[in-house]
Amino acid sequence: MTKASKVSLIKISPRFRGPWTLLKKEMLRFWRVGFQTVAAPVITALLYLLIFSHVLAGHVQVYQDVPYTAFLIPGLIMMSVLQNAFANSSSSLIQSKVMGNLIFVLLTPLTHFEFFFAFLCAAIIRGLVVGLCIYLVAMWVVDIHVIHPWMIIAFALLGSALLGTFGIIAGIWADRFDQMAVFQNFIIMPLSFLSGVFYSIHSLPPFWQKVSQLNPFFYMIDGFRYGFFGQGDISPLISLCIVGTSFLVLALVTLKMLKSGYKLRV
Amino acid sequence: MNPAIKINNIHKHFGDLHALKGIDLTIEQGEFFALLGPNGAGKSTLISILAGLIKPSAGAISVMGFDVVSQYQKARQLLGIVPQELVFDPFFNVREMLRFQAGYFGHGPENDDWVDEVLEGLGLADKAHTNMRKLSGGMKRRALIAQALAHKPPVIVLDEPTAGVDVELRQMLWEFIKKLNRDGHTIILTTHYLEEAEALCSRVGMMKQGEIVALDSTANLLNKFAGKKLRLTLGDVFLPTEIHALLRGQEKGVFTFALSDMAQIELVLSVLRTANIKVIDMQLNEADLEDVFLSLVGQQ
Repeated sequence: MTKASKVSLIKISPRFRGPWTLLKKEMLRFWRVGFQTVAAPVITALLYLLIFSHVLAGHVQVYQDVPYTAFLIPGLIMMSVLQNAFANSSSSLIQSKVMGNLIFVLLTPLTHFEFFFAFLCAAIIRGLVVGLCIYLVAMWVVDIHVIHPWMIIAFALLGSALLGTFGIIAGIWADRFDQMAVFQNFIIMPLSFLSGVFYSIHSLPPFWQKVSQLNPFFYMIDGFRYGFFGQGDISPLISLCIVGTSFLVLALVTLKMLKSGYKLRV
Repeated sequence: MNPAIKINNIHKHFGDLHALKGIDLTIEQGEFFALLGPNGAGKSTLISILAGLIKPSAGAISVMGFDVVSQYQKARQLLGIVPQELVFDPFFNVREMLRFQAGYFGHGPENDDWVDEVLEGLGLADKAHTNMRKLSGGMKRRALIAQALAHKPPVIVLDEPTAGVDVELRQMLWEFIKKLNRDGHTIILTTHYLEEAEALCSRVGMMKQGEIVALDSTANLLNKFAGKKLRLTLGDVFLPTEIHALLRGQEKGVFTFALSDMAQIELVLSVLRTANIKVIDMQLNEADLEDVFLSLVGQQ
């Protein structure tokens, strides 16, 4: 037995090897195509940063003492975290369903909770890896200060968990790739673009401010941004409660779907 | 000792279709059992219920005493299922897939020796580091079987494992499966190659339209349902109605009769003599499982 094998035997008890293996497989799955799953979203976010900051910097001032380019970065990071967390769980599940290899997981003794845990953690990890890469590259462009790091961590974790869970629901529900595209194009994309990534909702007319407050992405972006600048459109604690509650509700729905075998076991 | 598989009054409805109509079946530990039947008989539905992929409408199935619904974790630990469809995960190589599959069942690096044995036994050792996507159809089939065996299950279900694979692989596969059976693994096999079932399995269950129509040892079935096969070359003639019941096949003037005892040979020949039909050639063979199968489920 190799040294590495001995180490992994010590660390992972047989009781947790099942979910750990599924998590490891899900992480390797996105890492094997890292150019598509990590590098591409980082480049996209940097292009947004380049274009919007070039066009709007000097014309728009959202918070006092915060240049527009700096204002933009937390929103872009969080938007990418959320989109990639959703993409990870949803694309893995729909691919496995369409190709038929989900059967390898369904035949195992993994519980519905372990299944959920593994897909959720993989989604969170991909979201955080993409977000961290954008942050590291953006640091070279703009000087960004962090005022409440725990707030940043809390919103990044809860936001990616919420979207990762939503991705599991979408992956279970959809039977075809075009059904998955409906989620991406008609839910995730509009909600993330209309969440205040590029602007403060206080710059909108009152009616659209109210509409924006119905968008869960708004709370995740605003709370995450609060961690950087110590100012936001709404109290971060309210945002944290809304995001946390939304995650719990979606997690319960997902666990119920998995336990009943909805669309997975006839 | 608990039976390997105990199926108790299983029903399955798909809307108006009553796919399984109260199946009762017990397979003892260490058996090599064949489940046969035409397409649509319900074999795959039954296996899917056993695997937990389909929920039964009524009834229960247990694997070595563990119910597949209420004690699914323990039941699935004991079960290795080779699915019929040729599915694979394109992101990983063969060894990675086997390690993952063993890992889902709680096995770690201590299981690597068994994984190596499976790879060797199925002729996959030199493909261990090849991506699943790059394997040929036959190799993918081997990898699929290897995945089902990765956690060393005591009960192995092979759903059409040799469909569309060459003779060499079939021979290699059966040698390996026979070795597993000798080592104490219970094997349940569905196949369209009846000669395989006849050569390998000690007991056979035949299904037709959601029911088990025959369940016995292979030898008993052969004796009970079709003792002898009489092939007569008669040319282009109309067969007398008295012997239509014995007729099992007719092709280009050659008529095949299934006979339960030797006395029926004289009956057939005397009827032909009376009808003034000349026998051009005659062959008498032992019946095989295909004859049993046709006499039970082929006349639809």
